[in-house]
Amino acid sequence: MKQFKGRPLTGGSAELEAVVSKQGVNTLATFQKSALTGAKQVIASDQNNPDLFGKNITGKALCLPITIGSTTGGLVIQTVCAMKINPKAFLFAEHVDSLAASGIVLAKVWEDSDVIAVDLLGKEFLDAVKTGDRLLIDEDGTVTIL
Amino acid sequence: MDYKMNLTEHQRALLDGKEGAVKAKAMQTLVMFGEIFGAKRMVPVTHKQAHLVTSFGIGLLKPLYKTIDSLIAEGVKAEGGFSVDPRPLDYRNVKCNLLEKLVFNKILYGRQADYEAQLKAVGLKNDNAFTCTCYLPEVGNVPKEGDVLSWAESSAVVYANSVLGARCNRNSGMLDLFGAIVGYVPEFGLLTDEGRKASWRVVVKTSRLPEAQILGSAVGMKVMEDVPYIVGLDRFLGDTVDESVTGYLKDFGAATASNGAVGLYHIEGLTPEAKRYGKELLRPDAEEYVIDDAELERVYASYPVMWKDRDARPDLCFIGCPHLTLRQLNDWTDRIAAGLKDTGRTKVAVRTVLTASPDVIAAFRKTDRYDILTGTGATLSYICPLMYTNNPLTKRKAIMTNSNKLRTYSAARYYKDAEILDKIVGKEVAR
Repeated sequence: MKQFKGRPLTGGSAELEAVVSKQGVNTLATFQKSALTGAKQVIASDQNNPDLFGKNITGKALCLPITIGSTTGGLVIQTVCAMKINPKAFLFAEHVDSLAASGIVLAKVWEDSDVIAVDLLGKEFLDAVKTGDRLLIDEDGTVTIL
Repeated sequence: MDYKMNLTEHQRALLDGKEGAVKAKAMQTLVMFGEIFGAKRMVPVTHKQAHLVTSFGIGLLKPLYKTIDSLIAEGVKAEGGFSVDPRPLDYRNVKCNLLEKLVFNKILYGRQADYEAQLKAVGLKNDNAFTCTCYLPEVGNVPKEGDVLSWAESSAVVYANSVLGARCNRNSGMLDLFGAIVGYVPEFGLLTDEGRKASWRVVVKTSRLPEAQILGSAVGMKVMEDVPYIVGLDRFLGDTVDESVTGYLKDFGAATASNGAVGLYHIEGLTPEAKRYGKELLRPDAEEYVIDDAELERVYASYPVMWKDRDARPDLCFIGCPHLTLRQLNDWTDRIAAGLKDTGRTKVAVRTVLTASPDVIAAFRKTDRYDILTGTGATLSYICPLMYTNNPLTKRKAIMTNSNKLRTYSAARYYKDAEILDKIVGKEVAR
């Protein structure tokens, strides 16, 4: 078992399956297709992200460095949280970027979402975690790879 | 809810719902957002006119429409008004076939008319206020040095910070409107003196004025979200920000913001804070990045060509992302007209769309050059080329552009200004 201590942005604990992107996640490109079609789950649609492309990320722990791309990114995260097709947790290796932070806060305040977000988990976290791993996330921002 | 920030009485009253539930939630959003970045306080927005990034009624953003409906229901609006990014469609000047229109109208931007009505209800300045270059004099959303803004749109934010000396973070859509409504934004990052210091010294050693879009791209990809302090560029641009350099600074900044995540740059001897504070703006541990002619060529050669057939004949050319200044429109008109004279043609060889804000277009229409430009077969539009290329059907087209931002977010192919001019006027260009 490996443990990493991050900063809890929005509290919550859960045991989840990891889906990992080593590169920055383009929020709009990843979520757009599923959100536009009213899908019941998000199949990541960013062709420029081979780590995620084609994977179901709904209800998972999305492990990533930061998000990148359009300044609609925050609104897109809020939208998928409102549709309840969001990743259950966003686990950021770096300091959360302003667009993802906006999305997490918008989802919390305006959608009463129970999305979990932890940042500052460190580069070592992204090096260690693999898609399919089981993760235990604690309220205090501790993430354990089981 | 407990907050770590030091809030004023009025800010606490807002949070407590004294001015309505929806303002309370907007304030709560901004405070929570600021605390993530260590903001100690909320500061007043001193330039009251906002600029919003979300100009397109894309169907998927249902929470956006719901939130604005809740603002309208409580009679809340941005008292200073706002401009917003360009409209995504202009069928009159950027023609689309029936299938493309079907995708635009039914799938992508089916909420456009409803959304524009919502924007008007919460403070949209007027029907012409759709542009990414709100800060140009013809548009009139021009902050003063030191003003605190609630803006989004990365190219506008970097221009306001760098060229006008205003203070604004790189905000997400929705938070731009919230800041305008409650009149406060969290103080961190580019709102602070410390956050405006440069952690990169970029030395320009080129033999001539670099292409703004490639220089900006090189800087953005190197420094990412950091602040660069650029030396050696004032050799070419001089020491005064006037209409001869604003287009260059606009395009340079947009490329730094889209190829990286730059929100502020300083140019030694030219931009306001660099003129005032000089090298004091450099952090002691600043890294150095030297840009010469070879480095610019290396960066240019690194751009992938996303066309299905890289030797395809271009179907469409967009010039003006971000929207062109009046001076740029004049210059492009003169260059296209002179180029056509050289090639012996009367009309452009590639369908060409020059984009500018409705107010700049209105000013341009009053000049003799308007007839000259339209006489070449080129068209003038207020469209957002990025929003146009969101339509997956446009990926079948070989679109070329001199915008590094458009290149980054679409399958459009980037060419230098001189190359793109040669293509437009019918000269062959070897890459």
